[in-house]
Amino acid sequence: MVLVSATNGKTTTTRLTAAALGVLGPVASNTFGANMPAGHVSALAQAGPTPYAVLEVDEHYLPHVTAATKPRVIALLNLSRDQLDRAKEVALLAALWRETLREQRVHVVANADDPMVVWAASVVEDVCWVAAGQRWLDDSWVCPECGGGIRREGSPGGAVWECVTCGLRRPEPHWRLDGDTVVAPDGARHRIELRLPGRVNRANAAIALAVAAHFGVRPTDAVPRLAQIRSVAGRYTLVERDGRAIRLLLAKNPAGWLEAFEMADPTTTLLSINARAPDGFDTSWLYDVDFSPLRDRPVLITGERAFDLGVRLGVNGVPFTHVPSFADGVAATRGRRLEVIANYTAFQQIRAELDRVD
Amino acid sequence: MWTESALRIVWVYPDLLSTYGDRGNLLVLAHRAGQRGLPVQTVEVRSHQPVPTQGDIYLLAGGEDAPQARAARRLAADGGLRRAVDRGAVVFAVCAGYQILGRSFVAQGRECAGLDLLDVSSDRGASRAVGELAGEVDPTLGLPMLSGFENHGGRTHLGAQARPLARVVVGVGNDGETEGAWSGRLLGTYAHGPALARNPDLADLLLEWATGQRLAPLDDVWSSRLRAERLAAVGVAEVEIPGPRRPEQVSAWRSSSTTPRTRPAAGRRRWRAVRRSPA
Repeated sequence: MVLVSATNGKTTTTRLTAAALGVLGPVASNTFGANMPAGHVSALAQAGPTPYAVLEVDEHYLPHVTAATKPRVIALLNLSRDQLDRAKEVALLAALWRETLREQRVHVVANADDPMVVWAASVVEDVCWVAAGQRWLDDSWVCPECGGGIRREGSPGGAVWECVTCGLRRPEPHWRLDGDTVVAPDGARHRIELRLPGRVNRANAAIALAVAAHFGVRPTDAVPRLAQIRSVAGRYTLVERDGRAIRLLLAKNPAGWLEAFEMADPTTTLLSINARAPDGFDTSWLYDVDFSPLRDRPVLITGERAFDLGVRLGVNGVPFTHVPSFADGVAATRGRRLEVIANYTAFQQIRAELDRVD
Repeated sequence: MWTESALRIVWVYPDLLSTYGDRGNLLVLAHRAGQRGLPVQTVEVRSHQPVPTQGDIYLLAGGEDAPQARAARRLAADGGLRRAVDRGAVVFAVCAGYQILGRSFVAQGRECAGLDLLDVSSDRGASRAVGELAGEVDPTLGLPMLSGFENHGGRTHLGAQARPLARVVVGVGNDGETEGAWSGRLLGTYAHGPALARNPDLADLLLEWATGQRLAPLDDVWSSRLRAERLAAVGVAEVEIPGPRRPEQVSAWRSSSTTPRTRPAAGRRRWRAVRRSPA
């Protein structure tokens, strides 16, 4: 049993990890993002008896699911602000993870580049550190251990971090990413050719390889299986509609938006924002996202909270056109390609309009 | 460091006090000043740096308990913000930052000393206040309804030297009755995060306090739509009250003149909230 938890990337990493472990035999998994206990029970029941299971776990449910499943491996990717009117604040969540892991006999695969994750995981003796990167830094300037300041230097983007007061610091990673190559602890270099876009997905692949390696899977056997994944729960894949090739990207929080802009092609882009319970009722996070990368392309906006987005883009100096619906956005697309970036329930609505693409 | 002619906006301790899109207030003020052709200089002061005393507008934002207590201690020891306030600087403070301006607040279960710049004190409420917030603003300020989103566990009590920013129509604010506080050129609110994005007239009031200039209206079509949508969602509409408009006193640009200027009789418009059944 493997558990995968994070603020961002847990669905994709679960999918990649299940694919990598598939080298050994059948794997049960909640690959469609139902990441609370009901989803786990349903996924495990549907799969029947399998030698392996990989479960994506909502970050708040990690204590509960860890106690219930006694996993052999827990993979922890990142923690950042997400739906803060209902979610626990980042430092509290890191403390919750830390308490969960204390005195657990479990192998942890964790992101060495996120101070919150490192602090939570460092109570476990057996940790495999992966330099999985952290593009969003604004939730980890304060040390979770002592409240001191975190200093960052080196590249990319201040990857080497250290608390100036208590000495909590980035552990030496066992696995790292070098361009499109994953470097294993033995120094072997594995070129990964994903169909999923973005550096963050190559980092997710590195985590998946590290988890699978703990079960004895050789990266050379797992890499080809990772390359077969075209889409994850409706994300990433190109869908044809009315003569346009449309790609859906999900972005639920500031860190996720930064990753989405890195993945998106510079073409007509439709942004859709809702603020229902699963999204969080508060749209303040829009001001934590710098939308200026979109200034070079036509931008369309829609969704139940499009006006919040309109005000934000105005302040950001990003010209846009408001369209009443996704269908109107497709109709308003002049070229052949349309990138869609949406938050959770807006994404699900658009996915349903595209006949539940998966 | 400073350009003499620019409007200087200082964001205090974004490394400690920054959650929920707080950067939005800095961005909105700079954007609205820029649209009026006012040169703007923004400075983000981290908690290991001294707070400059020559700023025109200071922003204090929201934060979790431990960073809030730390920020209050650092600000008290630094003294820069107090000197800026003594100079007549404008301060706009949100949530944890609002509490820090007061005499005392509670963080991590302990009472902490505030900066005592605003005559308020804060303690803990029985439950966390989370959701839409709307209130009729103190008519003295001549602003339309306050519209925002609140997310705080504190309750704030006003002393005689502070005036409530608004009377609560929807939500909790200070105590379910009043919301926020202001005194002189200090203004605090529980409308968290990018409060000024939904309240562009409040943003302009802060800019007018800081510059002493009457600012030309902007094309606020998207924020008007947003405000109407948010107020309708909580069953509130606002109507403008007809009648004479009040003159107001605005002190001159950067306090360089000792004679306060009186605003032309056109003054600010007046507003009233009307309850509607939720849409």
